[in-house]
Amino acid sequence: MDRRTFLAVSAALAAAGCGRRSTSPTTPPGTLTTTGHELGHRLRDGGLPASGETLRRKVVIVGAGMSGLSSAWRLQRAGFSDFELLEMESSAGGNARWGQNAVSAFPLGAHYIPLPTPEARAAKHLLADIGVLVGDPDAKAPKYEERALVQAPHERLYRNGQWVDTLNPTEGISKEDRDDWQRFESRVKQFQAARGKDGRRAFAIPLAHSSRDPEFTNLDRITMAAWLQAEGFASEAVHWLVNYATRDDYGCDYRNVSAWAGLHYFACRDAAFSSEPDHDNVLTWPAGNGHVVQQLLARGRFAIRPRALVHRVLPRAKDVALQVYLADEARSITIVADEVIWAAPFAFAARALAGGTSDVQDLAAALRARDYAPWITANLTLSELPYAHHGAPIAWDNVIYDSASLGYVVATHQGVATLPGPTVLTWYFPLAAITPAEGRRKLLNLKREAWAEAALMDIEKPHPEIRSITREVDVFANGHAMVVPRPGLIWGPEQARVQAWNSQRGTRLHFAHADASGLSLFEEANDRGVAAAEAVLTRLGAKVDTLRHRRG
Amino acid sequence: MSTPADQLPPAAEPSHSSGLSDSTAAGRAADDAPLESGGVLTRALLFSVFIIAACGLVYELIAAAASTYLLGDSVTQFSLVIGVYLASMGIGSYLSQYVTDKVVTRFVDIELLIAVVGGFSAAIMFFTFAYAGPGFRVVLYLLVVLVGIFVGLEIPLVMRILKERLGFKDLVAQVLSFDYIGALGVSIAFPLFLAPRLGLIRTAFLFGIMNAAIALWAVWLFRDRLKNAFTMAVKCVLVLVALTAGFIWSDELTRMSEDQLYSDQIIHAESSRAQRIVITRWRDDLRLHLNGNLQFSSMDEYRYHEALVHPVLATLSGARKVLVLGGGDGLAVREILKYPQVESVTLVDLDPAMTKLFSTAAQLRKLNADSLNSPKVKVENADAFVWLEQSREFFDFVVIDFPDPSNHSLGKLYTTAFYSLLKRRMAEGAMAVIQSTSPLYARKSFWCIVATLEESGFNPTPYHALVPSFGEWGFVAITKKDGPREYSPPAAYTVPTRFMDAALHPALFTFPKDMERVPTVVNRLNNQALVQYFEGEWRRGGS
Repeated sequence: MDRRTFLAVSAALAAAGCGRRSTSPTTPPGTLTTTGHELGHRLRDGGLPASGETLRRKVVIVGAGMSGLSSAWRLQRAGFSDFELLEMESSAGGNARWGQNAVSAFPLGAHYIPLPTPEARAAKHLLADIGVLVGDPDAKAPKYEERALVQAPHERLYRNGQWVDTLNPTEGISKEDRDDWQRFESRVKQFQAARGKDGRRAFAIPLAHSSRDPEFTNLDRITMAAWLQAEGFASEAVHWLVNYATRDDYGCDYRNVSAWAGLHYFACRDAAFSSEPDHDNVLTWPAGNGHVVQQLLARGRFAIRPRALVHRVLPRAKDVALQVYLADEARSITIVADEVIWAAPFAFAARALAGGTSDVQDLAAALRARDYAPWITANLTLSELPYAHHGAPIAWDNVIYDSASLGYVVATHQGVATLPGPTVLTWYFPLAAITPAEGRRKLLNLKREAWAEAALMDIEKPHPEIRSITREVDVFANGHAMVVPRPGLIWGPEQARVQAWNSQRGTRLHFAHADASGLSLFEEANDRGVAAAEAVLTRLGAKVDTLRHRRG
Repeated sequence: MSTPADQLPPAAEPSHSSGLSDSTAAGRAADDAPLESGGVLTRALLFSVFIIAACGLVYELIAAAASTYLLGDSVTQFSLVIGVYLASMGIGSYLSQYVTDKVVTRFVDIELLIAVVGGFSAAIMFFTFAYAGPGFRVVLYLLVVLVGIFVGLEIPLVMRILKERLGFKDLVAQVLSFDYIGALGVSIAFPLFLAPRLGLIRTAFLFGIMNAAIALWAVWLFRDRLKNAFTMAVKCVLVLVALTAGFIWSDELTRMSEDQLYSDQIIHAESSRAQRIVITRWRDDLRLHLNGNLQFSSMDEYRYHEALVHPVLATLSGARKVLVLGGGDGLAVREILKYPQVESVTLVDLDPAMTKLFSTAAQLRKLNADSLNSPKVKVENADAFVWLEQSREFFDFVVIDFPDPSNHSLGKLYTTAFYSLLKRRMAEGAMAVIQSTSPLYARKSFWCIVATLEESGFNPTPYHALVPSFGEWGFVAITKKDGPREYSPPAAYTVPTRFMDAALHPALFTFPKDMERVPTVVNRLNNQALVQYFEGEWRRGGS
């Protein structure tokens, strides 16, 4: 009877939610936040006012996301504070922005940092400066603040009506599938240990430290799905995990992602398949990576100009001229800076570089050659935790097997209170099944209620009671959340062109941002931001002892 | 209809027979006959489907909820009860083909059987658990199977009664939709209203009454065509009276069964936001149960609390400020207040219901020597972890008396993160003591706590004492690693004790072979290793 009731209820809800009627009178209230696409589209469509006033600055950082903030942190750490950050959105943080309500802080995007590898040296120094890493950041096994490490239980997967305490969907699979799974695990282990002819790790993070051996970089020419097929992997479990991984880290289906990027997810950290529980730990906070942003802002007190859109970039011999639209004042100004760090999505720079020399045109074309995956995150404020029925207890990361979403994380999981109270669940939904352009159209056209219903119907599968305990659903729609690591981007000519620009003598325009790597990851954003800041410091005549990883 | 229905020949079977009835069976008696047309009867029967479905689901939910309540382990109990129940319904549906005659009479009989078995099911379950103990599971599943079979029978029978009145498509559609709606209504009402407001025993009686009322109603609707309508009506009324009596006196029944459950007289029972608090008494023995787990017995609690407090506090002649985390019963505070040097005791307990109870009830105040009302004692109702994080005070002696680490929330209170906060609140030369479960029954758990304390910068001194109602129990005394003092047991106890004595020390601080240290990992927020050890050891111990 129970199951019949459940089926009847599910059918009724499917009928109510799936039709053209995407809203229901029972949809809980909430807000819709979008990235400033009206501002971005003004850049695309032109027609911004010409500038009146001209300001001079020593250094300008365009973009106050993780990359721009890492540049700012690095400059300040070297004792240099004469810089200004320009941010298109109304607040800093980029993908690491966060929200806050009476119940908890919660992430709007990036929500964890895996324990940094030895190559992510700058990241470790940054984490040490904000009190997350305790003691020597260059220690072989650095210590992390216990409260920042994800608390147990870490994760669980809802599959076949049951929660299990691992994301591996291997319970009850056939012998052939299990063999396939084990073969995939051992393939990953090989890649983790592999080094190219140049002696570098095949897959390192930050990826600049990876081997350039074609044996590995050639993997960038095919898709992850094609690689699985070429290697003869047929099991649903392997395909699910790989596609989950690419959707999780890149917001893209594994049929659209380069095999190098797909394997990088599994192979760049030794512990991806480690059985040692202490190794696959990650750092996380109620606000997600917003905690890192909060700490950097509180300690750095950087000069940030919000809602400032750079719509024209003119690199010159002695300086760089920026035309900046100040949305709050509805006017443009010109900022002439000795050095500019571009720490915003590269496609925006391509538009701002329109015109100019053929060299600049060539650069703009290289910058333009990338697309961005759109995302939805929905934050559900609940009066209490969902019931812990059907298997493993509620974890930090809760993944639903048969779902286009990535499941949800629990914002209050890192708390220490003994009695469970109200909480916030962050539901992640990359629009990976359609093209980024189609996804952005959906983002523009669909109302908050439609996304809220999608989240509720998805979470309803494991938690039939979810509607009765949901008080609010706040939706965040990000049209350009993550760069798509399509085949050929990471090790192709466009990235090489940008690197060449960065390393040419005399350049005053430095490209930071995770786009320089082609993977939208904290370590990449940080490393690129620090690299650009160190290049600026060198140009300004400072003696720089790098914080980045040195080979050797 | 002029011809008495009981003498009519069977109606022609629809060609698209559902298979729910056997059209070829000979000698079917006449209450299978086609029914008069007209919507009232159809609607009445469909309404009864709604009620029947609600009743059917409620008995299943009651069985699952009662077994969870009494046996714990909700996942297992719920899935077993639901599985057995669905299978029994299948058996019932299968058996319905053998009901070949007098369908209405059989339907009324089955309704009455469900009314009796279902209506009394919760009461029977609680009483067998209280009195028969191990026989409980047998009775539970017997009830589930019986109700399941009867419920499985009733829907096919209703469909057969209705089948002449509705086309097959309508029949299936309408019966099933009323069935589902009834089930839905109850599945919503059960957790929101029925279980919390009425309780399981009374809910069962209520739905039994509804089943019996449907039976009586069916007799009324078909009175013209039933030979023995009067006898059947009397049966229905008798069942109704019995169930109504049960409904009225269910409070008494609940109390009687709970009394038996705790075997002793319950002198106090309440559900706070945090837990279920039950106090029982048998002659001189007062016992506190939290969520069904024994916390102390007044016959031997002095052993536990003296062992918890004195071996450390007797060595701290300068201990003026004392902190107690947990221990809302005030029994540890009673021991602490025996020391004249103690100027203040801060007691932090999560549950205001506990500290209120132990500072107001006369018998409990007598037991804890009215410690919670002492002018030296300050009671704070707060989450210990959060409180410790916010506190800026320093203490000379800290007593940590938390419940055992049986879940992730409690496990946090035994982590390096918690102990490093504790260390910050300990004054120069301060000591603390931690109740650390049983080194005999939960050996890895005990030594895991010791290892965690070492990792957190303490020098631990583990010891143990026998508390008959608990068994062999473990404690850990700690000093700060970088502090000025090492722990050594007191030469003598100057305050009055009934159990602690310096002569006990060799046994107290020696761990025999079966409790010797075992290697363990350190308990941290990010591994919650202790909860896993404890769960494993508790399971092996078989509760």
